[in-house]
Parts: sequence; C-alpha cells; structure tokens
Amino acid sequence: MKCSELSPKMPREENNMAMIHSLIKKETLHILRDKRTMLITLLMPLVLLLLFGFAISTEVNDVRIVVVVENHTDRTRQIIEKLKVNEYFAFQGLTSTGEVESLLRAGKTDAALFLRDNNGMLKSQILVDASNTTSAQAITGYIEAVLHNGSATSQVLTYTLYNPQMKSAYNFVPGIMGMIFILICAIMTSVSIVREKETGTMDLLLVSPIKPLSIILGKLVPYFLLSCIILAIMLLIAYTLLGLPFSAAVVNVIVISLIYIILSLSIGLLISTIVSTQLTALIVSAVAFMLPVIMLSGMIFPVDNMPVALQCISCIIPARWYIEAMRKLMIQQLDIRFVIQEIAILLSMTIVLLTLSVKKFGSVK
Amino acid sequence: MINTRILKVLLSKEIALMKRNPIIPKIILIMPLMVMLVIPLVTNLDVKNVNVAVVDNDHSQLSCRIMSDMEHSVFITISSVSDSHKTALRNIENGKADVLLSIPLNYEKNLNDGNALIDVEANGVNAIKGMLGIRYVSQSVMETLAGWRQEAGITERLSEISVINRYNPTLNFRNYMIPALIVVLLIIICGFLPALNLVSEKESGTIEAMNVTPVSRLTFVLSKLIPFWIIALLVVTVGIIVGWLVYGLVPEGNIGAIYLATVLFSLVMSGLGVLIANQSSTMLQCIFVMFAFIMVFQLMSGLFTPISSMPQWAQYLTYAVPPRYFIEIMRAVYLKGATITELWLQYAALATFAASILSLAALTYKKQS
Amino acid sequence: MKDNNNTVISVRNLTKMFGSFSAVDHISFDVGRGEIFGFLGANGAGKTTAMRMLCGLSYPTSGDGFVAGCDINTQAEKIKRRIGYMSQKFSLYGNLTVMENLRLFATVYGMSDKEIKEASTHIFRNLEMVNMRDTLVKEIPVGWRQKIAFATATIHRPEVVFLDEPTGGVDPITRRKFWELIYKASSEGMTVFVTTHYLDEAEYCSRISIMVDGCIKVLDTPHELKKKYNAATMDEVFRIVAKDAKRGE
Repeated sequence: MKCSELSPKMPREENNMAMIHSLIKKETLHILRDKRTMLITLLMPLVLLLLFGFAISTEVNDVRIVVVVENHTDRTRQIIEKLKVNEYFAFQGLTSTGEVESLLRAGKTDAALFLRDNNGMLKSQILVDASNTTSAQAITGYIEAVLHNGSATSQVLTYTLYNPQMKSAYNFVPGIMGMIFILICAIMTSVSIVREKETGTMDLLLVSPIKPLSIILGKLVPYFLLSCIILAIMLLIAYTLLGLPFSAAVVNVIVISLIYIILSLSIGLLISTIVSTQLTALIVSAVAFMLPVIMLSGMIFPVDNMPVALQCISCIIPARWYIEAMRKLMIQQLDIRFVIQEIAILLSMTIVLLTLSVKKFGSVK
Repeated sequence: MINTRILKVLLSKEIALMKRNPIIPKIILIMPLMVMLVIPLVTNLDVKNVNVAVVDNDHSQLSCRIMSDMEHSVFITISSVSDSHKTALRNIENGKADVLLSIPLNYEKNLNDGNALIDVEANGVNAIKGMLGIRYVSQSVMETLAGWRQEAGITERLSEISVINRYNPTLNFRNYMIPALIVVLLIIICGFLPALNLVSEKESGTIEAMNVTPVSRLTFVLSKLIPFWIIALLVVTVGIIVGWLVYGLVPEGNIGAIYLATVLFSLVMSGLGVLIANQSSTMLQCIFVMFAFIMVFQLMSGLFTPISSMPQWAQYLTYAVPPRYFIEIMRAVYLKGATITELWLQYAALATFAASILSLAALTYKKQS
Repeated sequence: MKDNNNTVISVRNLTKMFGSFSAVDHISFDVGRGEIFGFLGANGAGKTTAMRMLCGLSYPTSGDGFVAGCDINTQAEKIKRRIGYMSQKFSLYGNLTVMENLRLFATVYGMSDKEIKEASTHIFRNLEMVNMRDTLVKEIPVGWRQKIAFATATIHRPEVVFLDEPTGGVDPITRRKFWELIYKASSEGMTVFVTTHYLDEAEYCSRISIMVDGCIKVLDTPHELKKKYNAATMDEVFRIVAKDAKRGE
C-alpha cells in the first residue's frame, strides 16, 4: 500500500504484468490441453530429421546391372569381376540382348552393359534406365569408371568438401528448421487467434482494459517458448544423432533462429489480422507460406538452379535467407561475418512485419 | 447398407456445398496449375553450370590445355585461376565456385611416371551438384589427358564407350518429375479437402443433424468420398493436359491405366482424410495430423529421392506408403509405356489400401458417443 | 416393445458420467403421446446430455430408456427413424437452399419423391414462405430459419420431436409464432420434447420438469407447480427450485 502512495504508476504496471501473465497461462494451458497437436509439433521435427538423416539420400548405390557379352575374353571377364566386387553395383548376372528390354521396362534392373571385344579393341555400350536423369548420370559415371580403370582415369583424385560422405542430411537440417518454425509460429498462432475471433472471445479481450500489445504478448509468448523447445530438440538431434560438427558457432545459430522465430510469429499475427475464419487462415498460411517455403527457399531444391524470375521471388521469402545462413554456419562452419547480409535481411523483415502486424492488430480495437 | 437414393441426395448436397464454398473451387482450379507450372521449374535437379576454381601450380602447356578444354565444355565455367589453394577455397566458401581443381607443380613433367595426380574437390553441401560437378570436371580432364597422350604417341588400349539413355533420351529431369507431380496434387487435394470438409461440419454442428437421422455410416462416408473421385479425375486431366501443352510430355502408355490408378488412389487419400477427421476434434489438430502424413508420404514415396537409395529398413517402410505405388505406376506408364498387367502388383497394392482404409473410415465414423 | 401405447418416452434411472462427473444422475420420467413436455434447467444442469441420450446420439452410462418403443441402449439407430431433432446449434446447411435442405432430410428419412413434393408444398403454404423456396438458408433471418428447421425436423411425421432450445436468440413475436407450430404438431398427435431457457414458454407446456445438478427436482403441470410453490409465475417457481444449484452460471 505504501508503495502505491510513493509511485502511483506502480499498481497499474503490476496489474498489466499480471494480466499478461494470466493470458500467457491461459494460452499455455490451451496448447498443452490439445495433446495430439502438441505431440505432432514435437514429434514431427524429430521424425523429419531422422528420415532425412537416415532414410532419404540421393546417393546412388546398389545399382542393379546386367551384362550382355558377345564373346568372352580376358578383358570382358576382368570387367565382370570388377562389377562383382565394386560396392556400387549389385551384379545381377549375364543375360541375352532380348531379355534386356523387358527387364528395364519392368524396372527389374537399372542398367545393362553390352561388351564386345574386337581383337583387343573393346567396344562397350551402356543402356541405362534414364527415367530418373540424376541417377542415370551417376550410374553411367560409375560404369565408365569401371571400364576406364587402369587407364588415364586413375590420375584424377576426387574429394568432397564439407560433406564428405555426400550425406544429404546435412543439407536438409536447415531446411527442416526453416519449415517447422513457419508451421508452428505462423500457422498455429494465426489459427489460434482466428479461432478466438470466431468464437467471440477475442472481442471480450479487446473490450477489456487490457492493452492490445499485452494481448499480443499473451498470445505469442507461449508459441515462442514452444518454438524454443523445438529448436533445442532439433539442435540436439543434429549435433548428436546426425553428427553435425559442433562448435561455439552454435550461439550464432541460436541467435539467428530466435530472430527467425520472431519473424514467423509476426507472420502469424499478420495473417490473423487479415482473415476471419480458421479455414482461410489455414489455407492462406499453407498456400502463401508453407508451399513457397518448401519449394522456393532452397530447402530441397537449390535456389541457383531456378529460373531468374523464381529466384527473385525467393528473395522475399524469409526462409530462404534463414536457410542460407544456417547452411553457412552449420554445414560450412563459416564465420559469422559471412552471414551478415542474411542477418541484416532477416532483421529488417522482422522489424517491418512486426510493426505492421502490431499496428494492424491495434487498429482492430 | 447402402441406399442409392439416399446416397444420391447426399452426393448432390456435397456437390452443391462444394460449388458454393468461396475457396474450394478456386483451390481445385489454381492448385494444379501452380504445382504443374512452378514446381517443374524449381525441382530442376539437372546441373547445367558448374563453376570451377582452378589452382594452377604447374603453369605448363598441359595445364593450359586442361583449362581451355574446360572453357569449351558446355557445363563448366572457370570462375577463377590462382596459385594458392587457400584463395580457391575461399571462392568455394563464398559460393563463387562449386568445384576446386588443383594441378600440382611439375604435373606435365611427371605425367608419365604415374605419380602425377590432379585433385578435384567439390562443395558437397548440395550433394547432387557436388557429385555431378566432380563427374563433369573429371571427365573433361580425362578427355584432355587422353587426347594429349595420343598426340604424344602413347597409344593406349582405349575402349570405345557409347551410352544409350532409355525412356528419357534427352535426359530431361522434368519428364521424370511431371508424372509424379500429378500424384502430389492428388495427395494434397484428396487428402486435405475431405478432412477439412468433415471437421468443419463437426465444428458448425450440422453433422449432429445428420447423426440423428437413420442414415447408415457407410452411405454417409461414401457421400464424403465419391465427390473426390470426380475431383481427382478432373485434377489428373488438367495435369495431363498441362504436361502435354506446356512440357510436350504425353504418356507412352494407356491413359486408362492412369485413370484406373487415380480412382484407386483418390479413394485411399480421401479415406485417410475422413479417417483422420473422425479422430480429430478441431481443425488445427486435423490439419497437423494430415500434414504429418503428407510430409512422410512425400519423402518416403520416392518422389524426390529414389527409393533404391534408401537403407534397407527404410525401403521396407516404403511398402506401407500408398503414393509409392501410384508414383511407380505413373512413371512407368508415362515414360516406359508399361501396361496394367505389367504393373498388376502396384494396382493390387493400391486396391488393398483403398478397401482397408475405406472400411476403417466407415467403422471409425461414430454416430454415437 | 412397451405395451403401454400412450407412453412414448419412458426413462428409468438414466445416468451419464463423464469421468467421475455425473452429468445426468439417475433421472426417471414418462412422457405421454401428444404431450408437450418442457425440460427446464439452468445451463450445465444436464438437459442437453439427457436429450442426446434419448435421441441416440450418446449412450447412457447406466439406466434404461424407451423412446417410441425402442430401447436407447440397444436400438439407437431404430429410434432415429421415429424421431425428429432440432438442435440448439442451428442444424440446417446454410449453403443449401430451403428446398435442398428439406429434400435432403426427407430422403434420408426414406420419403418418396412424391411424398416430399406434397409435404414441402404444404410446408411452404403453411409457413407463408413460398418465395423463399430457393433462397440459401444462411440468407434468411434467424426467426424464419428456426421455423424451417422445425418443419424439416417434422417433415417425416415422427412420433416424437426433440427441440433443444429452439427459440434461442429469437424475438418474442417470432417465438410466439413458433409455439403455434408446436401446438399444431402436438394437436396432430406428435409428442414434443422441448428444452428452453425462457420461463414464459414453460407456461405453454403440458408438463414441466426442472433439472438441477443432474437430477429432476420437480415434475408436474405448470398450474400444479405454481400452486405448490405458491408462485404467480413459472419464473418464481424456477427460482425457488434452482436456488441451491451448485453447477451452472
């Protein structure tokens, strides 16, 4: 009581803090009560990381190959022996020319190698199922390497930097992070705010003396915390199970991720001020944010392979910059000064979106 | 169990509601166009331009020849030439180069000792680009070396290799993606829409009015699924037409084989949607569960990455992923002209999935609580 | 089959538990043919839960009940053929026209096209809304919608019609008109089971039960109840009966 006499502003401040606190508590309870959604938000990053880490791969191995030999010589036997021991191939045996076509068509083999030794001059033909162009090229490469072995080829040594086993998992970790945060922050928050609009409880809050900013905080803080938990889970998996090299740079990773989380929250808030039904909120966030994140951010498909027009569009997608920064920091282990451009873009996007959405939200009142 | 008169009136109700919905007709129209027009541009995994940073420590005739041959290659651009490995590496780090080629000191001199080695290092962050980058660069080097030796009079037992790329002779990655993209469309449209439809009836309370009537569960669930047959057939038709008009890709095989698979697969997806909606109480929950399924489906169906590249346990897992079979059918019919008899296993798998998911959806649809 | 032909609804010790919470706690009552049975109670007293059990939308935890001769424990689907239901939440499809809604529900109840045509012509004439036949339901004022919902719920001439707060959010004049529809149905032999918030409406019922905390506290005609509690209006009766309710508002 004395306190309030000394500074008349105190009780109101306290009151406001208490209100925010109770709003946060209400929202947290709401999130926790929907066990299934909760479970999915926690499990999905885990499952995706594990699938990408251990199941998904673009590596081409166990190439099923059949060989057609016109006349056996030492040379052809040598090549078949090499195919048998080469770990990239699953040698399926010798066959006849007539068989090859039907084996390829039924998808029972990936490639056929025709060999003809013409007085010491080896003529070979590779017939490959080129439906999947990328694998086809890799397969052709492997077979050529076997055929060339012992000649000039051996004089080129090849390495892969940063990602020595060519594991795609490394590549996908930043992408999955970019997608999950949009999913949780943008979709969950926008839907939860719009649901309150639909049921009318938002009006109750808006006519109460609580400031709009407090309502926003009460809504966003729980989702922010949820995202932090998910960030922690994902980093833990990435650095332990997926074996991403750990370094002090993880601090940078966390800071940039937090910026991105706030950015995604502002997107959710912005959507909620524009739409009026849960269904539209879902569709807007899915069509306007989810799909572009998956397709255009470089998560799966490299940005520099896209046509210029799409590359330009990808510039306005926050996830693109986040994923690029994460790749540089987590995979290439580059210094923070290499990602200053990305940080600057993310920060300015955050500031613009946040002010815009808070203003719009406030003007509703 | 199924009263056709009731089913008919329920169907006309569903179709009328769908037509009058402000968003759904637009999605059915816009989604296929967006997916078919944008994704093939994006999912281009062909690597057409590899930037090479060369470290030339030899400064010999041979090293110059290697570089000039590379410059003439269609896929390779030399982005920088330097003396230090460190400089070249920096170029890779800041993304200016994808592959680093280093030619050691006295390379030309030592060429015939067999000790001379050229290093090719690729940025493996993008695994495919790394792999193909190495292949293009080392192939170019090998060709140069072979030519050099021949001129120098070193005859080698060179073998002649020719390559035939069956089913996709121009090696166009789009031909591989487009049949699968039609599948993606069906996954999204037939998966999300029935689920949303049912949950929104739950949220608005109209489902209560149906539950209190004597309509049978199977009839009601069928009335929710059959409209998506029509929609699926429409979407596939749009997909085939866009594939033909925009990309010049027509199925090698019978279109009937595609439509048969579509009918089976749309039943699988929309049945799954209803199944999930039955178990969900809110729209968000329903969408999240569906989204989780769709993500796993897209990853594990061999859509973006080949199933044969997966480890054995994951390959077994893909047998439980219905789109796997549909994608196999689509690619085989489109590119190889395969027939239904050749693909009977895939059709049988889809039919089994359809039957079991449909019965599960009808069984879990509860009129009572 | 219950042999007593004049009892349409008969309930003994009906109970519904949600966990350890008994929403409906051992209620018993009978409703006779052609009665307008008022089912009153504060919010959360268990009215809707009890009604959902009678309609076959939810199974009782224990107790017996017969509706139109069918057991609610075992013949829920059979019950649905003999009843009509109009819920608190508006139960027609807003994006269908009036006629489409009528045809949908009538067909589901097994009426032939000819019967539907006759019944709908009759309804439109009766409600004086022929011009609204092809209007989308969502574009019609709430009062009219409730009347259409009632007409839809009774188009197949059910033995009992359950009305769950049918006049919520409707002005007094339209409410009055709505009750005329209820009277008419009842005079044609239909049993009406109605829950309501409006205590003036309770006066129109043949008999009334008041639920408090999951139990039926009183059950009698409005006249007897007022006499018993020495009250001038049903409002007073309700206040006296519900004064020690623990649940609700």
